[in-house]
Amino acid sequence: MKNWLITHVHVLLFTLRRFLFTPLSSLLNILVIGIALSLPAGMYLMLKSVQSLAEQAVGTPQISIFLSMDASTDEVAHIGKQLKQHAGVNQVKFVPRDQALEQLKQTTGLADVIGGMAHNPLPDAYIVYPKKSDAQALEALRDELQKWPKLEHVQLDSAWAHKLEAMLKFGLLAALILAVLLSFALVAVTFNTIRLQILTQREEIEVSRLIGATNTFIRRPFLYFGLLQGLLGGIAAWLIITLSLYLLNNSLSELTHLYASSFTLHLPSVGDSSTLLLLSAYLGWLGAWLSVAQHLWKIEPR
Amino acid sequence: MIQFSQIYKRYPGGYEALKNVSFEIAEGEMIFLTGHSGAGKSTLLKLIAAIERPSSGSIVVKGQNVSSIKGGALPYLRRNLGLIFQDHKILFDRSVFDNVILPLQICGFDYRESAKRVRAALDKVGLLKREKTSPIALSGGEQQRLCIARAIVNRPSILLADEPTGNLDVDYASDIMSIFKSFHQVGVTLLISSHDENVLRQFKGRVLALKNGELCP
Repeated sequence: MKNWLITHVHVLLFTLRRFLFTPLSSLLNILVIGIALSLPAGMYLMLKSVQSLAEQAVGTPQISIFLSMDASTDEVAHIGKQLKQHAGVNQVKFVPRDQALEQLKQTTGLADVIGGMAHNPLPDAYIVYPKKSDAQALEALRDELQKWPKLEHVQLDSAWAHKLEAMLKFGLLAALILAVLLSFALVAVTFNTIRLQILTQREEIEVSRLIGATNTFIRRPFLYFGLLQGLLGGIAAWLIITLSLYLLNNSLSELTHLYASSFTLHLPSVGDSSTLLLLSAYLGWLGAWLSVAQHLWKIEPR
Repeated sequence: MIQFSQIYKRYPGGYEALKNVSFEIAEGEMIFLTGHSGAGKSTLLKLIAAIERPSSGSIVVKGQNVSSIKGGALPYLRRNLGLIFQDHKILFDRSVFDNVILPLQICGFDYRESAKRVRAALDKVGLLKREKTSPIALSGGEQQRLCIARAIVNRPSILLADEPTGNLDVDYASDIMSIFKSFHQVGVTLLISSHDENVLRQFKGRVLALKNGELCP
């Protein structure tokens, strides 16, 4: 067991030395892998950030009901009572038209424009918080309310979030396809690197075979190399993503500050990071394994 | 120890390198294999190490049928053999020491034990002081001795040498022959191929002579 461990540590050190022996090409390989991986992974992380924003919005669904301008005070009160008694409704909030105008003046800075108007253009409104929050129940409730008299417009406020979510799903699928394609690229890069290594070490492989090396022994350094190259590529990708997100967040905070919002892109979590590193290491190993399986048997001692 | 029965070796294209070769070598014997170049000496040695397979017939080495050995068992057969090649097969990308330690690394030996063995082997062939040198700086005779050190570091029971004195001058050749004799004295089975008349004249043991792929009686 101890010997086995020492053997593996030796191979690992040997592999590291091989990296340092050709620093430039090793670095370029690692960069290629890093960039290839950072594209889909970065895209995925950004979409996830937007998705969590959308989920927050969907989390508290509400239906805005705008009454007709010609509805009398009694009618307004009657509708309010009916809404409160409705089985699908949890809570109802009344927004009188004067209050809505006041709010609009304060929050949008359009006070001058609004002040110049002859009369209040806003209708009375109810904000309804339904009991069920799934899309189907919400739409059913909206369709039912729309048939009530004296209601001008019923708006499902979470509809836009659902649309956004569908778009995000599309984006995530695109990221996944990109990830699969670029994974192939990573495997191909490693395959080729290992092929070149096998060719340059032909003599060593031949001699090792002649003095009793098993295939496992001959394969080991190449597999380690692939694994290590993949892992370093993954680390490069992680650095690229983290740095980019950091820079983006900096400029994003200026932008969102103007809109009084606090949206930031999430940096990769521990889970995301370890998935990225494990996957890249595995793909590197796979490329090396395929290459070794393809080329090693061709080198037979003469 | 080594047994050939009715071995034929035909190469693609119809050239017959060995024809009906049968012989037996007992444990601890030191045997010379002679013949003009192209007589099939190298082929015969390669068959023992299963670097090549016979077209027909069977070869038994240490009780193991080599002619039908499976790929997975092959490395373990070769670990019992010390091979000295005509073209040395030294790796020039590493030091003398690292060349000799390779068989031990392959077997998974402990590093410190290996280092001791490597120095003992280098001492035996007189290269101890040059362990850190690159093999490129060694003379032909020294490269040959390096190859011997690598073959014996594993303490094999059988040593196969293909033209070990091939292109060396007389002094170097007799040096190397005395190294072989010292192995013979400690019970190693040796099979040495050579077409060197001088070396043969000094030697008093059994000789296998090949002529056009056939064993001379």
